[in-house]
Amino acid sequence: MASNKQMYDKGKVVAGLVIFVILITFPFWYNLGKAAPAPELKLTEKAKAEKVCVMSKEEMKAGHMQLLDIWRESVVRNAERTYVNASGKEYSMSLSNTCLDCHSNKADFCDRCHNYVSVSPYCWDCHIDNPKEAKK
Amino acid sequence: MNAKYMFSLVAVIVLFLLAYAGVEGAGLHVLFGILIPYAAIAVFTVGFVWRIVNWAQSPVPFRIPTTCGQQKSLTWISPAAIDNPATNGAVVIRMILEILLFRSLFRNLKFHFNEGNRFSYIWEKWLWLGALAFHWAFLAVVIRHLRFFAEPVPFWVQWVEQLDSFFRVEFFTDFLQIGLPGIFLSGLVLLAAAVYLLLRRIIIPQVKYISLAADFFPLFLIIGIALSGIAMRYFLKEDIVGIKEFTMGLVTFHPSIPANVSGIFYVHLFFVSVLLAYFPFSKLMHLGGIFMSPTRNLANNSRTQRHVNIWNYPVKVHTYEEYEEEFREKMIEAGLPVEKEL
Ligand code: HEC
Ligand code: HEC
Ligand code: HEC
Ligand code: HEM
Repeated sequence: MASNKQMYDKGKVVAGLVIFVILITFPFWYNLGKAAPAPELKLTEKAKAEKVCVMSKEEMKAGHMQLLDIWRESVVRNAERTYVNASGKEYSMSLSNTCLDCHSNKADFCDRCHNYVSVSPYCWDCHIDNPKEAKK
Repeated sequence: MNAKYMFSLVAVIVLFLLAYAGVEGAGLHVLFGILIPYAAIAVFTVGFVWRIVNWAQSPVPFRIPTTCGQQKSLTWISPAAIDNPATNGAVVIRMILEILLFRSLFRNLKFHFNEGNRFSYIWEKWLWLGALAFHWAFLAVVIRHLRFFAEPVPFWVQWVEQLDSFFRVEFFTDFLQIGLPGIFLSGLVLLAAAVYLLLRRIIIPQVKYISLAADFFPLFLIIGIALSGIAMRYFLKEDIVGIKEFTMGLVTFHPSIPANVSGIFYVHLFFVSVLLAYFPFSKLMHLGGIFMSPTRNLANNSRTQRHVNIWNYPVKVHTYEEYEEEFREKMIEAGLPVEKEL
């Protein structure tokens, strides 16, 4: 009896399995033939001259949103506007005036990275995103 | 204490240690980051298809749909078209509602003796609610994770992200800082629901009695996945851009190991790999099984259509006509009535 194995409702089962495999392999065919390296970030002349960010590059990469959170908290709740980093350098804790002073190329820096990982910070609802250009 | 859940818990702890020590101690990044994930996705896909094909080869001898309402009958009796489906269309509708809303679980009842030993039923909706929350949250988390596996990130992934992060909780203390990056509710709901489903099996005596190690293991594993994910997002702060480069490398078949990623990421990835590889051989196959259940995928139409049992063996029969043909003369001699005279 077991010798003549057959699939019942073959059409429907095969159609279901094809849909399953297409869904499961989505990342493979969606990105077919694309290389997707991390976006190249442009540093402004000013940033290049300064050489270092507020924290080390590794810390900034993973933790800049938490740094911004700390800055926001100290300015808005504690009226504390000066930040001293690990190497003793002082910064005025401001999103638009400090971060975007060095990184005034927001579109080629913050946004590029954020688009790559699909995050859209709501900060720009209120904060001016490019003070330099706004002044012109 | 119970050997079954202790066994599963210990198994998950061992898996954790394997991945953590393997990466942080022995430097087996390529094994845990590239080889095991590829093997896991292959086992998952092939195993899943194999299980379904295997099921499709099992004949279903009878129409056995579970019916929960009036069958289609005389025109003046109104039928429950979806709960007692008479057509394939109605079966499809019932199946979709079952998969999206778990209607059969909604009917879950608890039995109970009132005073004076009166038997009664109680609505028990917690299992339904917990299961629904768990599965929808899991789906949302998986869809959101596609941001790591697609470039450009598709708009529908971003919709889910936006919907999922509508609830902004931001609080700030010296030791805990929540809010940037924003809270994704589905991750937390997934963890809470999985913990509820686990506690249910540990605390309720009847449910504990019927629970096996195979019920506890996936729950512990998924709790482990959720905990490691939540730890990465809100506390450890991984290099997300590096991780996306790594995952994109995997899906474009140019794998490379990211530089500054902690052992917890590999634990997360290893747990997911184990879940995928374990999937086809476990009860988790109910994902495919729901489509193959005869109690759900058949129309209750045996009164209007003839269904021949595919198991039927060609039995040698001797019909009455043949019998009379053989013995007609003797029957007439003995005075027995015959249908056809000589
Ligand atoms: C003094 C100028 C300066 C300021 C102010 C500054 N940055 Fe930077 N930032 C830099 C430089 C220079 C680098 C490149 C560091 C390197 O390559 O080692 C950098 C790197 C970064 C990186 C990592 C980029 C990468 O290559 O992965 C991030 C993220 C970042 N900055 C965000 C911020 C944020 C957010 C702020 C405000 C809190 C800020 N920066 C303020 C100069 C600055
Ligand atoms: C509803 C509007 C609004 C939004 C949205 C908003 N902020 Fe602010 N933010 C303010 C206001 C108002 C201040 C106070 C400005 C001051 O006192 O100098 C402030 C101050 C700050 C400061 C310190 C002062 C300065 O000049 O930057 C930081 C840092 C900051 N916000 C970061 C953020 C970040 C990061 C986000 C996004 C996650 C964000 N903010 C979103 C309104 C907003
Ligand atoms: C190296 C890539 C990179 C660069 C450059 C970068 N970011 Fe980010 N940023 C990220 C990632 C990744 C996240 C989200 C992390 C996550 O989802 O866990 C993020 C999240 C944030 C968030 C929190 C958003 C939220 O709602 O969750 C803020 C605010 C933010 N970035 C501000 C900035 C600003 C301002 C700059 C430019 C000065 C910048 N970032 C540059 C990678 C980058
Ligand atoms: C069964 C599949 C998976 C489940 C259920 C799962 C679950 C989770 C959960 C609950 C979180 C917490 C944050 C959130 O809610 O998004 C998380 C984060 C994360 N997961 Fe997964 N995960 C899965 C697969 C994967 C895979 C395959 C990878 C990568 C190879 C991965 C990488 C990550 C990373 C990098 C984070 C941190 C995200 C951030 O910081 O924004 N996960 N995961």
